[in-house]
Amino acid sequence: MIEVRNLTHIYSEGLPHESVALDDVSFRIEDGSFTGIIGHTGSGKSTLLQHLNGLLKPTSGTIVIDGTDITDSHTRMLDIRKKVGLVFQYPEYQLFEETVAKDVAFGPANLGLGQEEIEERVRQSISLVGLDYEAIKDTSPFELSGGQKRRVAIAGVLAMKPEVLVLDEPTAGLNPKAHYDILDMVQEIHERENNITIFVSHNMNDIARMSDRVLVIDKGHLAMNGTPQEVFSREEELKAMGLALPDATEIVSQLRKEGMNLPADCLTVEQAAGAILTALGR
Amino acid sequence: MPSSLHSGDDDTTKKMIRDITLGQYYLGNSVIHKLDPRVKIMAALLYIVALFVVKEFTGFIAAVVFLEMVIIISKVPRRYIWRGLKPVLIIIAFTLAVNLFMIKGEVLWQFGILHITREGVRTAAFMGIRLVLLIIGSSMLTLTTRPIGLTDGIEALLSPFKKIGLPAHELAMMMTIALRFIPTLLEETDKIIKAQQARGADFESGNIFRRAKALVPILVPLFISAFRIAQELAMAMEARCYGGNVKRTRMNAMKFARRDLIAVVIFCVFLALIVLQRVLL
Amino acid sequence: MAFIKVENLIFDYIKTDEGGAPVATRAIEGVSFVVEKGSFTAVIGQNGSGKSTLAKNLNGLLIPTTGKVWIDGLDTSVQENVWNVRQKVAMVFQNPDNQIVSAIVEDDVAFGPENLGIDPAEIRERVDRALDGVEMGDYKDKAPHLLSGGQKQRIAIAGAVAMEPECIVFDEPTAMLDPRGRREVLAIARDLNRKGMTVVFITHFMEEAACADHVIVMDGGRIRMEGTPHEIFRREDELKALNLDVPAPVKLASLLRKEGVALPEDILTEEELVCALLEVRAG
Repeated sequence: MIEVRNLTHIYSEGLPHESVALDDVSFRIEDGSFTGIIGHTGSGKSTLLQHLNGLLKPTSGTIVIDGTDITDSHTRMLDIRKKVGLVFQYPEYQLFEETVAKDVAFGPANLGLGQEEIEERVRQSISLVGLDYEAIKDTSPFELSGGQKRRVAIAGVLAMKPEVLVLDEPTAGLNPKAHYDILDMVQEIHERENNITIFVSHNMNDIARMSDRVLVIDKGHLAMNGTPQEVFSREEELKAMGLALPDATEIVSQLRKEGMNLPADCLTVEQAAGAILTALGR
Repeated sequence: MPSSLHSGDDDTTKKMIRDITLGQYYLGNSVIHKLDPRVKIMAALLYIVALFVVKEFTGFIAAVVFLEMVIIISKVPRRYIWRGLKPVLIIIAFTLAVNLFMIKGEVLWQFGILHITREGVRTAAFMGIRLVLLIIGSSMLTLTTRPIGLTDGIEALLSPFKKIGLPAHELAMMMTIALRFIPTLLEETDKIIKAQQARGADFESGNIFRRAKALVPILVPLFISAFRIAQELAMAMEARCYGGNVKRTRMNAMKFARRDLIAVVIFCVFLALIVLQRVLL
Repeated sequence: MAFIKVENLIFDYIKTDEGGAPVATRAIEGVSFVVEKGSFTAVIGQNGSGKSTLAKNLNGLLIPTTGKVWIDGLDTSVQENVWNVRQKVAMVFQNPDNQIVSAIVEDDVAFGPENLGIDPAEIRERVDRALDGVEMGDYKDKAPHLLSGGQKQRIAIAGAVAMEPECIVFDEPTAMLDPRGRREVLAIARDLNRKGMTVVFITHFMEEAACADHVIVMDGGRIRMEGTPHEIFRREDELKALNLDVPAPVKLASLLRKEGVALPEDILTEEELVCALLEVRAG
């Protein structure tokens, strides 16, 4: 379980250009949860993610993961990195080794694991991201396609066996098929490892379809925290923050405004179709 | 990230980059801002030379008064100037220490093998003043001149040497691009460092050899990024007809105006004072 | 009238292998099409389908291996035409950062016109007009690295507009932007088109392609489909087979149709779907 209490982060505190990136943010994420985070660019999402694995230290507040206070200065950095794996936007740009296997081994090697354990983890995580270990292990990561590179980069984080996997816009810049492939992969890893998965996306369809919990960050505040149904039925507030609804929710909302009797919490095209059929009496 | 890519959600880097004022332009509308960049570049160069001509403390009076005048007219806030000075404080401190302790002469204070002499104090103070004036003087040039003006100015000043094969325009273009992409590459570096830290990389412990090795995961992705930027930028410049078969023009063509003439006269007075004090004192 | 005419275009990238011998990789495999003057043409296709290579063939950044590309009657493979072609067809690229040359916004916008040797006073006018056109006039003295991705992309568009081209080719300009940036860039492209600019817009966002008046679908270096958005997006299964998608209203309409709701075949936008459903309800 992740417990974030009164997290505040101020950049350049005390200087003329200080700015509050996070202001008294508190929430809990239960074990096994798939949590989506949405918010405008510059809302403080990235700052929040970087706190979750100790890359940034809060100005005040605490983050407790499974009983360990990761904001405590006595907690070892490596223990935090072991608990929380963070996949940045465009993670393929961090690849640097000669071969895929070596690159994926970078994380576990930093954890100080034995050679056998490292090899085992590399093998596991490469197949976890849907790549063929034997076929790919000795290839240069720079010869792979864009989608494959991204998978290798994600494998590099998975190889650290984090209890919490955090992904910042894992599908940025991918075309429709690659987009769904990566999301399916994330879903599958979540189900198989039963970890806590947190993902940030600007794509409301993905957030609505995949998350069991949605956090909305606006100007450094936690503006909403609820199920996707709860969050996306608050249309006016979301739009005031410059956020959109999932496509299906938007269409249903327009139909409701025209007087059609439909529920406000349709999130996917399938749900919308079902509700419309019912309303039309079929 | 891609470069830069990247959608820039991260404020730390932007803040960090904004803090680098040395070589950063301060938007203003003063006479100093409006001066012909060629005049400002030459003045800055000669000002630095003048600082080395000075041999007595009294010689710095003219240098300080002149610089103070430029700062007041330019309306650049002092905290910007101070921020430009901050990153080089260590270098100044080191120079001071070296001079303070190494120069032989009349001993004022001794502790073990360390001793401070009258001559050491004098030289250290002299060097300190010279360095501070030098840095503030040159940052007044960059604070009041747009990067593009700076490169245009350098190009114009170097163009007489084109005849002997000096690629003045190419050099100036390289500088323009460097100025433009330094922040982008810093941002990029920050992202890569964070991504590798998230994979457990440790850049802070171990001996020098280990630390140097720890840089590989940063440098390789950074070089790849830099190459990609170079490639894409070259393509974009070509698409905008760079290198075409007509003569390039400039939007802000440099013009030597009346105010430039006045500035040159005032600067010559300053130079004359420096030379006079050197000759007379 | 055809502004761009592409005829049997084949393009090979040449690389050298380890032994130093040249190896050709075919990126475009015999493509022919026409872009009408004043039209808004979208090109969609998955990564590696050849759409980006195609874009670079449209202004002489790449020259066809075989086949021809004519821009307003000029053959791009004739060396003397290249600068003319690039002035007529400007480009906006994917990465907002890597196409801005200067550390000051207005100086960057001036870069193209300066290369064309335009008179300084006229460059000043063009730059101001172009920046106002993308609503970035207030930012002309700013440093590009302090702007958002969407704003940088608007600067890049202003830089293209200032060259006064007749056509702008957008090479996945929205791929790296957040939703707001994407909306802004698409709105500007449509606005330019309304004012007479010919637009070629390469994207992998289907909703963006739906705004075009002509859509070209590429895969494996070939054109697989071509037509109006209404014609293209009703072929959902074919698009899926090419690893593409259809906009949500199309998806929803086809689900409803399968359940026997009598909806017209050519629904594309939210408004069209909403209107059609209201008609169905009214009987």
